[in-house]
This record gives sequence, structure tokens and C-alpha cells, in this order.
Amino acid sequence: MAAKQDELIKSTMARTPVTLYGRELAANQRIPLNLDWVEEVRVNTSAVERRAATLGARRSVKKEWQAAWLLRAITCMDLTTLSGDDSAERVRRLCAKARRPLQDHIVKALGIEELHLAGRKGLTCGAVCVYHAFVETAVKALEGSGIPVAAVSAGFPAGLSPLAERVEEIRRSVEAGASEIDIVITRAHVFNGEWNALYDEVAAFKEACGPAHMKSILGTGDLSTLRNVARASWVAMMAGTDFIKTSTGKEAVNATLPVSLVMIRALRDYAERTGMAVGFKPAGGIKTAKQALDWMATMKDELGRSWLEPTLFRYGASSMLGDIERQLEHFATGRYSAAYRHPIA
Amino acid sequence: MSSSIVEKFQSMEYGPAPEDASEVTKWLDAHKRSFGHYIDGEWTAVGKNAFDTKNPATGEVLAKVASADANDVDRAVKAARAALPGWQALSGHQRARYLYALARQVQKHARRLAVLETLDNGKSIRESRDIDIPLVARHFYHHAGWAQLLGDCGANGFEAEFPGYAPVGVVGQIIPWNFPLLMFAWKVAPALAAGCTVVIKPAEYTPLTALAFAEIAHEIGLPKGVLNVVNGDGRTGAAIVEHPGIDKIAFTGSTEVGRIIRKATAKTSKQLSLELGGKSPFVVFDDADLDSAVEGLVDGIWFNQGQVCCAGSRLLVQERIAERLYEKIRARMETLRIGSPLDKAIDIGAIVDQVQYDRIQSLVATGIAEGATCYQPSVDLPAHGLFFKPTLLTGVAPSATVAQEEIFGPVLVAMTFRTPAEAIELANNTTYGLAASIWSENINVALDVAAQVKAGVVWVNATNLFDASCGFGGYRESGYGREGGKEGMYEYLEPTWLQDELHSAPVTTLPEPEAPIGDPTDAPVDFGIDRTVKQYIGGKQARPDSGYSYPVYGRDGRLVGEAPLGNRKDIRNAVEAARAAGKWAKTSAHGRAQVLYFIAENLVQRRAEIIAKLAEFVGPEQAAIELDDSIERTFTYAAWADKFEGTVHNPPARMVTLAMKEAIGTIGILAPDEAPLLGLLSLVLPAIAMGNTVIAVPSERTATLMGELYQVFDTSDLPGGVVNLVAGKASELGKTLAEHDDIDAIWSFRDAAAAAMVKAASIGNLKQVFSNDGRAIDWFDPAQAQGRWFLHHATQVKNIWVPYGE
Repeated sequence: MAAKQDELIKSTMARTPVTLYGRELAANQRIPLNLDWVEEVRVNTSAVERRAATLGARRSVKKEWQAAWLLRAITCMDLTTLSGDDSAERVRRLCAKARRPLQDHIVKALGIEELHLAGRKGLTCGAVCVYHAFVETAVKALEGSGIPVAAVSAGFPAGLSPLAERVEEIRRSVEAGASEIDIVITRAHVFNGEWNALYDEVAAFKEACGPAHMKSILGTGDLSTLRNVARASWVAMMAGTDFIKTSTGKEAVNATLPVSLVMIRALRDYAERTGMAVGFKPAGGIKTAKQALDWMATMKDELGRSWLEPTLFRYGASSMLGDIERQLEHFATGRYSAAYRHPIA
Repeated sequence: MSSSIVEKFQSMEYGPAPEDASEVTKWLDAHKRSFGHYIDGEWTAVGKNAFDTKNPATGEVLAKVASADANDVDRAVKAARAALPGWQALSGHQRARYLYALARQVQKHARRLAVLETLDNGKSIRESRDIDIPLVARHFYHHAGWAQLLGDCGANGFEAEFPGYAPVGVVGQIIPWNFPLLMFAWKVAPALAAGCTVVIKPAEYTPLTALAFAEIAHEIGLPKGVLNVVNGDGRTGAAIVEHPGIDKIAFTGSTEVGRIIRKATAKTSKQLSLELGGKSPFVVFDDADLDSAVEGLVDGIWFNQGQVCCAGSRLLVQERIAERLYEKIRARMETLRIGSPLDKAIDIGAIVDQVQYDRIQSLVATGIAEGATCYQPSVDLPAHGLFFKPTLLTGVAPSATVAQEEIFGPVLVAMTFRTPAEAIELANNTTYGLAASIWSENINVALDVAAQVKAGVVWVNATNLFDASCGFGGYRESGYGREGGKEGMYEYLEPTWLQDELHSAPVTTLPEPEAPIGDPTDAPVDFGIDRTVKQYIGGKQARPDSGYSYPVYGRDGRLVGEAPLGNRKDIRNAVEAARAAGKWAKTSAHGRAQVLYFIAENLVQRRAEIIAKLAEFVGPEQAAIELDDSIERTFTYAAWADKFEGTVHNPPARMVTLAMKEAIGTIGILAPDEAPLLGLLSLVLPAIAMGNTVIAVPSERTATLMGELYQVFDTSDLPGGVVNLVAGKASELGKTLAEHDDIDAIWSFRDAAAAAMVKAASIGNLKQVFSNDGRAIDWFDPAQAQGRWFLHHATQVKNIWVPYGE
């Protein structure tokens, strides 16, 4: 089991070299906490909002390029279910959708039968994201697909259970076969400027993850200010996280472009300073194909091609796939599509 | 399809995203790709005298456009004149309806106008679609509101919002090619709202959207002659400028042409507003959000291919962070996309014309030759068309050509500073003063620099924000006048009494005093103990540099004393003293008011004495009235000192725009002969109340009065140098003042010849000119001789944009 999981993680992470401005980057590793970098953070909210407001208008992707970009979005999508009413059957349906996100006639019309990520068969979603309780169900359902299972953990969504329990929860999810762990940070550490505590917490989570890939959810809706978001990003990166992720999907405001821009800029500065790459996952509130394109254009322009791979970019989404399917069918047939024509998860 | 999508999935390139131009092509074809002028509600035929307008991205000829000669312009002006009474007779509400209809039509045809603009100008469709055209609509909406609020123009002008002000009349407008329809809107909307009629000339590179707009105006039934559009190059512009039937010229364009227009209109009473060039500083402090500052530069210097008068073209960066910022800029430049302006995912389009392209290229070459390091990204340019790579020149010295001259292209020049004081010094080390962008997360630093920078528009942590509600316009050689907001409406209004023929009788010209040689036949005069009146410079009495004095006679022809005969050097010294007293502008308004009240107090103290001196020139009766009126006027301006305040504009975003009324700086004043004391004070007082320092030339016929006046100033705590008095020949001293490059404004309230002289002589540094145009002012009538008209000219509005939010 463990060997298989390792292999899965390796194949998911196998990639062409990650570069930023032509410089090759290593995978992120914990480095000592540098408080200067946290204190130096400067974010002008209005200016960030102005930039974010025009991001979608400055770039436009059409025709085959748009189809290709939307396929790319599918491969970067963590197909997610995180509801109180989740059940094993519901999770199995989701996994089936992740294995086969597009109907055959669309795949055929697009001529992408051979398109697949390394270690996968055919076009698949990036990962499936569930609560700990359903990790085993998902792992089983995805067996042989090469699709990793991500578990939200560490007291998701509030992150307020005792630290030892949160660490233990991570271990159990990894044991259960999750190769990706989406942790939540203690937001109060950010409000109170307890950077050491935050660093220690994220480092402890990362250690508990072992070989599993860790995404740190900052709870940006809770953090409220963009400066808080940037500071929390820096601490999480120094503590060794593989990804920084916006939100739980449970906050009043989830992934927004301004928040994303601030996190992207932080990880870009981090990469320049340390030579290490951190991934980015916006989650919550991204529902349309147009939004998917906006975020990808942002990744491409702000960071470059390397951040359009599932190794460094994921969407946390549940309903976005449906809209992408409709857009792709429209591209394939020339007729506008309808939601009910596409199988639900 | 198959391999194609797989390959694109790997490359993740953008691919083309062309805007469909077929509707615009149809529109051009429907007009047979040929356009006349729009005069008196009709389109003229296109004859032999015509020029081609081209798409700079492809070189394709878009249309043939008629070129207007003096006769065409004359017909347009006559049509505008004929339409004026009818247009002014409409109620504000009726005019508002027309402006509202224009706003609506612009919105309805927004995409056609945007595509047409992009074809004709070469700017990206993203900008014309998301910035230019929405701002055009916004401008007409905002000014529909002004028309509504102005209401009817009665005997006291637009009583409700601009009491005492009436429409200026027929307006000639000349606009540039960089924002063709937006500049058209900035000119036309306020003019029509104010009840003026218009003859406008779009730039010859980009006439098409103005013509499309004229068509729209025709469709909504705008009364004929209210808006006339004539096409052509500089010659057509000259015909407008020189036409005697025009009351006001509004020009946006180069400083060079601004000078020509100032000179050409010197002998006329045409009002003038100029929006000229710039070399605007973009100041980045070490505590700025650097990534946002980089995006600010993208919107500053790489907006509209850098062909923006207020472009943040001069990057001043704090030394400590310079390299880091440059790295970020260079990285960002790599992701700028250059290419077909019709592509929806393009950042930088085409340069408008080969002439401009060549100029940019030659200036960049000069910059490199003078030692700058040049960086251009590795992007591919289209094979054809006028595309210029975004360019960063670092290591530029302030003395370099590229640091001083406006490049008007996508070229950023960068230099470093160490302290805020040095940043301000560098920012102001330019003959221009249009805009400034200041980046710091410390509001104390940002607002302090905003207050000290010489620019009409200041953006804090932002750049190139525009709105119809906020004034736009320059300091120094970037021109004068404001566009947008209430301050912009004044450009199309003038005091009602100026339009009253009774009051606009010419000033009688009196002969200048003769050479300072006494008539040998004069009987000896008894001065009592000899009284020496000197020049008053820097708070001290100074002997005239010439070493000469001239006789001053009373109204009965009797010699009453001798006045110093000033020359160029006295003016030079006085200007230096006035400049050195610049702290006066920073004295609190309350502090200035106190000094003015003290002056009034001391005038009262010396009442009998001054009346006696004044009576020698004007008789005891007028002398008493003049002195008492002077006391009251001093009180008036003491009162105004802390009440002629700025406003806070509310652009449609989370920000405030502070429209600060700032002193102009140092003002030269040529005082009238008519009311020797009251006339002089009526000019000096508003100037100093608003924080200016002045060099006043009193009437040469009564200059000995200065002796009384400076004693009053000396005893009233007026700091030395705030008011300087130099007696002598007004024509000679006035010319020196008008030509002086360290004076910011020249006020002439003498005869028409003096007004014409100072206007023509002002072009060196394009100082502001305020004058009576030789028309007599009744200095005893407060309605004419005191108040807002003077205060308005004693100040300039600086709009400081302050976005906020955490």
C-alpha cells in the first residue's frame, strides 16, 4: 500500500523542470523562519484590486486555444465534495467523474483520445478531495487511475481542535491512502502576529504528511486583509508547505482574484529569494469556465508556464466542471449546450 | 483538430483573439470611405483638398478626409455664432437632455466607436473598449448634469451654481490624436453644457471617431451649428486660432504648438486653455508595494503605447530598492503582449504614425548614447506595422536628454534618489508639471510629497485614473486651465460684466513719463525734509539699480515727488526676493488672514496721511473713498484667505480626489493708472491672500504712493519678499516680468497694448496670463473688482487622487 502510494506521489509530481524567468527551481523545503520577510510585506489593497479587475479583460483565449485551456483546467481541478451529507456512494460517483470527466463523444470530437498526464490513463481531473472519513473509499474507487486522493485535514474547516489531534488526523489520512493533505491554519495566529506559532504548526503538519503533498489553506476570507494573506503565505512557505491554498470553501468570501494575486506575488518573491517553487490552489467560488481561464491567464502572466501544471496549480471546485463540459461541447458541436446533457458527479 | 488541441494543451499559448471589425468596415464603406466636414448641421462634399487617414497597425488607408481651409473654418465659425443665441436661450434642462442623449448614444454604439478608434489610432481594443469609450459616455453624463444644474442664464449669469458667470461664447477646440474621442468629449461636453457653441478640429491622424460622433449628434437632433467638426492639419488649426469670431480657444497638444497659439492670440481677448506635454514623475519609495508599483508603470508608461501626456515616464526610485524594482519591471515587460490592436489579448498596439515612431527611436538612441542602459523584452513584433517594444532606460542622469524631453512613446527612464527631499527635487526638476504618481504605504510620506510636487494631477499609489468629476490639467509648461469637475466648467464661463459693453470700454492710454530730467523751468518745490521713495524689494527699501529717479506730478501738474526708475535688474532682484519668500504659501491661511487684517488696521491708522498723498493725484473726495474701499477690500481678502477652499471630488471608485487650491507661485502685476491705490491693492491682495508672492509695478504716474504703502506693509508683519514694489516704466518692466522664466503668472490690468505685450512675452515658460484685455474695470464696484474671478486666477487646482482600503 505504502509503496504504491509513494509511486503515485512520484508519478503525480514527475514533471519537466520548474522554472521562473528561466531559473530552475527546486521543490519547497522548510527553511528557518525569517521574520524580516514577513514584516517587509507591503500590499496596497486598492492597487491590487485594480489589477485584479482588469486581469479578465486583458486576456482572451478563443477557439482551439480555449478548448485546450479548458482541458488544462480539468487536469488541474481537485474535484471536491466536502459536505455534511457526503456518503460513500456520493464519493464513488465523484471518483467516477474524475476518472472520466468528459463524455466520449466530446473527447472524440476534440481528438484528444491520447491526451493524458504522466501516469494517468486518458484525461482525468487533477485529484479528488474529500473528508478523512472517505479517503479509503476514494482510494479504492480511483485504484489504477493514477488520480491522487486529497484529504482535508487538521481540524478542517476551523482548525481549532487540539494540535495533537490535528497532527494525528493527518497521519491517519496518509495511512488511509491520501497522497495529498489540505490542512487549515489557525487563523488567530495571523491576527495576533504569532508567526513562530504559525510556523511551528505548519511545520508540524508537514512533518506529519511524510511523503504526502501538503496544501496549506490560509482561510483568506477569515484573514480579511490582503496584508494578512501575504504574511500568512510567507510563513506557510518557509514552514515547508508544497502549496498555498486560499480558502476552505466554508468562509463568507472564498477565492477571489485580488487574494489570489497577493498569494501568487508572495510565492513568486519566495521563489526568487529561495530558488524553491510553491504551488497555488484557489478554492471556493470558482464556478465558470470563464473564471477558470482568468485564473490560468493570471498564473501564466504572473508566474509562467510551469504554474499551469497540476504539480503547481489546482482549482478547488465542484461545479466548475459542468460549465467546462458545456463549453467544450459547444466547441465540438457548434451548438450551445445544456447542463443536463452532461453526467453529474 | 486533434493534434492541434493536444499541441496547444502543451504549449498553453494564448492564440489570436481578434475583435470583429466587419461592422465598422461596413460603416466606412457606407460612407464610401470619404468624409467631409460637419458644418451647420450638414456634411460638406470632399473635394481635391483632402488627406488619407490610415490604420497604423497595417498601413491600410481607412478613408479620405476633407481638409478645411480658412473659408471652411469661417463658415463653421459663422454657423456656431448663428447657433449661439438659440442654444443659450434653451433652459439648462433642455441642454441637459441633448447631452444625456449623446451619452446614451455613445453607450449604444460603444463597440463601433471602440473598434473605429482602434483602427484609426492603433491603440489596443481593450483600452478603447474598456477605458476610452466608457469615459466618453461618463463625460457626457456628468456634463448633462452640469447643464441641468446651471439652469437658465440670466442677468447674473448662471445664478444657481456660477453666479456672475455666463457662457464664454463660440469656442474653437483643437485636440490631439492620442485619445481622439475622449479628448473630443473632454472639450465638447463642458462647452455645450455651459451654453457655448463649438468648432472643433480633430487631429489629422485620427479624425474618424469625431466624425462618427458628429453623425450621432446629427441623429439625436442637436441643433445645427451648435457642434461643427472641421478636419485638417496644423493649418486648419491656425485658421481656427486666428479667426476673429472665436471667443475662446481650448487646445490639447504639444507645448511647442501651445506657445504658437499663445502668441497668435496675444493681441486678442480670446480666452485660452492649454493642456500640453509632460514628463511626469513616478516616485517609488522603499516602503511601496513594489508589485503594484510595477503594474502602475504598466498602466502609466505602457498604456496607449506611452502616447499619453500624463504618462509616468520618469521613474524615480529610492536607491535601496532600485535593483529589486528594476528586476520586477524587466520580468513584467517580458509578459507584455505586443501586436494587432484588434486582438483582445494585446497590451501594446501600434504607434500612431511613422513620424512619431522615428522620433521615439531617435530619442532612445540618444538616451543610450548619453549613457543609459537599455532594456527591451525578448518579445516578437509583428512583421509589419508601427510597433515599438516597451523600453526601460536605467542609469539615466537628470541632465540626459531622455530625462528632460517628452518622448511620447513606451519608453521609461529611471533614476534613483536617497531621501524624500531629493525625490521632490528630482520630481520638480522639469519644465513640465502635468501629473505625478507617488508610491508609498506611508500616508504621511505620500501626502507630503503630493503637496510639494508641482503637478496638476497627483495619483497616490495609482496612475492614470481619470474621471469627469475631477479636474485635469497642468502646472508650468504643461499648460493652464482644467478639464473636468467644477473647475473645468469655469473654462467655458466668464464674468457677466465682462460681456457688458458699458464696462468693456477700453482703458484710456496715458503717455508714459518722460526721461528723468527735470524741466529747467520748473519752480523749486518745497518737500519739507526731503523724502526719498525707493524700490521695495525683499522687505527692504532699495535704491534703483539705474541710479535714476523720475518726477511724479500731481493732477494739477505740480511736482509732488520723485520715484525710483526701475530697470531689469530691479525686477531680477525682486523676483529673487519673491521666490525666496515662497514659505508664505505654507503659512497657514489663518496666519495670512491675520497679516491682511493687520494691513487694514494700519491703513486705518495712517488714513489721514495716505488720503493727503492720494489726494494730490485724485482729489480729496476720491482719495477718501479709495482709502476706505481699500480698507474694506483688505478685509474682504483677509476673510477669503481661509475660505476659498478646495473640494473633494467623488470619482466612481473607492477613493477620494482632493481638489486643492494652491497658490500659483510668484506673480508679476502691472497695476492700473485709474485708481492708484485701490487698483493696485485689488490685485496684490487676492494674490497674497492665496499664498502667492508678488512683484507689482504700480502706476508710474503715482508711484510715489508706494512710500506710504510699504510703510504699511512693514508695520503689518508682512514677511519680506511677499510683496515687492518696483516703480518705473510699466511697458519696460512689464516685458521683463512677462519674459521672466521664474515667474509663474503675469497679471496686466492696464491698456490693451499691455495685455497683448505680456501675452506674447509670456511664451518662454508659458506663464499664466490674467488680464483685463484693456477693458476698463470699475475698481470701486466690488462686483467687478473683487472676489472669485481674482481668487480663481490667484490659485491653481491640484487634484490629488487617494484610493483607500485595507
